[in-house]
Amino acid sequence: MSDQTVDTGTGVPKSDTKLSAQDRVAIASQWQLTWWAFRKHKLAMIGLWVIGILYVISLFAEFVAPDEPSKQNRRAVYHPPQMIHFIDRSDGFAIRPHVTKMKRERDPDTLAISYTPTDEKIYLKLFGRGEEYKFWGLWKTDIKLFATEKKRDKFFLFGADRLGRDMFSRVVYGTRISMSIGLVGVAISMVLGITLGGLSGYYGGRIDAMIQRLIEFVLSLPTIPIWLALAASLPPSWPIYQQYFVITLIVSLVGWTELGRVVRGRFLAMKNDDFVIAARLDGASEGRIIFRHMLPSLTSHIIASLTLAIPLMILAETGLSFLGLGLQPPAISWGVLLKEAQNIRSISQAPWLFIPGGFVVVAVLAFNFLGDGMRDAADPYSH
Amino acid sequence: MLLRYILKRVFWMIPFLFAVSIVAFILIQAPPGDYLTTYIAKLGESNEVLDQASIDNLRRRFGLDQPLYVQYFKWVVNLLQGDFGMSFEWRQPVSDLVWERMGLTLCLSFATLLFTWAVAFPIGVYSAVKKYSIGDYIATTLGFIGLATPNFLLALILMYVGVVHFGADVGGLFSNEYKNAPWSFAKIIDLMKHLWLPVIVLGTGATASLIRIMRANLLDELNRPYVDTARAKGLSEFWLIMKYPVRVALNPFISTIGWVLPNLVSGAVVTAIVLSLPTAGPLMLQALLSQDMYLAGAFVLLLSSLTVIGMLLSDILLVLLDPRVRYE
Repeated sequence: MSDQTVDTGTGVPKSDTKLSAQDRVAIASQWQLTWWAFRKHKLAMIGLWVIGILYVISLFAEFVAPDEPSKQNRRAVYHPPQMIHFIDRSDGFAIRPHVTKMKRERDPDTLAISYTPTDEKIYLKLFGRGEEYKFWGLWKTDIKLFATEKKRDKFFLFGADRLGRDMFSRVVYGTRISMSIGLVGVAISMVLGITLGGLSGYYGGRIDAMIQRLIEFVLSLPTIPIWLALAASLPPSWPIYQQYFVITLIVSLVGWTELGRVVRGRFLAMKNDDFVIAARLDGASEGRIIFRHMLPSLTSHIIASLTLAIPLMILAETGLSFLGLGLQPPAISWGVLLKEAQNIRSISQAPWLFIPGGFVVVAVLAFNFLGDGMRDAADPYSH
Repeated sequence: MLLRYILKRVFWMIPFLFAVSIVAFILIQAPPGDYLTTYIAKLGESNEVLDQASIDNLRRRFGLDQPLYVQYFKWVVNLLQGDFGMSFEWRQPVSDLVWERMGLTLCLSFATLLFTWAVAFPIGVYSAVKKYSIGDYIATTLGFIGLATPNFLLALILMYVGVVHFGADVGGLFSNEYKNAPWSFAKIIDLMKHLWLPVIVLGTGATASLIRIMRANLLDELNRPYVDTARAKGLSEFWLIMKYPVRVALNPFISTIGWVLPNLVSGAVVTAIVLSLPTAGPLMLQALLSQDMYLAGAFVLLLSSLTVIGMLLSDILLVLLDPRVRYE
């Protein structure tokens, strides 16, 4: 659909068929209308692309990361980032991606290590060969998205940390955990939010009052002290996947209240709509009314609310891990990486340790734009 | 009528605080083991071993041998008498440790709230009145970035800028010479000099969302007929906006105290740990980690109460400000 020309006014694609734009709107499905409305939001489309790229990176982390994320290089402690240059002028003119090799020097008086650029170049190759790894745990390969031409050379796009680990590879692996925590957490929030919000809105009365008080109570609790207390009760000896699961659970305690409110409001409004009454008069069971008739017309709203809840969870995980209460190394998430940037000495020596923070900001912004766009497009009949 | 409403709201706080106290107690009980297990482990690190008899003795003295509900009941009864119990780790009454830090936390939150309003109000009004102007776009962009940046990251970046470009360590709330000094006028001045950084760090997120709320509300009001009427009567544009639509749009601004305060208190915890402020956050974290349960419980309880009180205040202010809001 993307290569069709679009009428900028309505977002409806101009196709070759003889139908006018108005006719096509008339016969379009709800999802088509939503998509057309959504496509008009430039920021939301940018958000969609950014998030898509981040998820592709996290799916193919082993392939994208040039190095093992926890491999230490004693000769590359606090190695500064290297820029990729594309034009090579060493003999004539050629387009050949490379980075400048850095020389490591130790100051004889202070013993401080510094890196100075040299004339040597390290050439990079797309789909080059690196360390052998197992792709998705299925088959062995050593092909990476990009690698150095000579296997002995190392390069550091985002620099290296205090143990000489490649920050770029670590950020790539961190993307996998940080981005997926949002998804898993949102799945848990969705179950809680839809169930409680639905009950509240559908039955009303005393159940509604009770659930509303519960939501108010949860909303008024200061989240971080509560998370800290919950996270502090995790034994640090737990295996990573167990920590991961519990952290997601803790983090998802925030997300469901907002969704619960949205679902409740919609249910209340819809309860007496003609189509619901018709279904009831037709003798449909309550389960059928809720799941077959009411929930489908809510789907787009639910997706929009969920999208807006993901960034909250990413921020929560980052904050907890940063304080050392979330995921513990050797697990890698953006928060765990930022923990390295905690003291002023290491960040003044190696400001590139902030890079994972940039990823957090970009991901959160992208989710917010996407969610805002989706919320506006969620009800295509409102205009 | 107003008095009755306030009394009713205050009365409602009682079951609420009761629920908070249960949550706080469950939270501090949640970690496996108790303070003694942590304590024994710590002693073990320095090769000291306690025999079983003295462990039992200590456990009895701290009341840790009793069933949970008895411990909870005792805790609550003491709380009602203003006694927060003893801190295991500090060997001091919890109330001695808590109040100064809670005071500074409150001071910080309040300063941040004022900062948030002072910044968000004019920018929000400007963005709405000059919709889609360059200034509006700048405000919106900065607002989005402010919302997306975690507090601690902002704190780190400002600290980095402070150290690298100004050569000053900007952490803490007091200069060294005032750290342990008694309160004096000079100490307050010193506090003011240090307060701006945490205030900016904490306030950015809330400011960003308040600007968005103010802008959206005012945009809804600006097209109302009463605005046209006032304009037709020849009121100057500035007074016209300030007097009518802004006043109506201000309502949600007030009700935000309710949710800004929990956010501020939460944010203050993490920010305080990064900037090493002598507020509630760092001590609470330490207490949680060493399972110093009465100290941790007091913090969780007090911080939660702070947010509950904030909500109450915002509801009362709302009723005072807008006669359309009914006492329900």
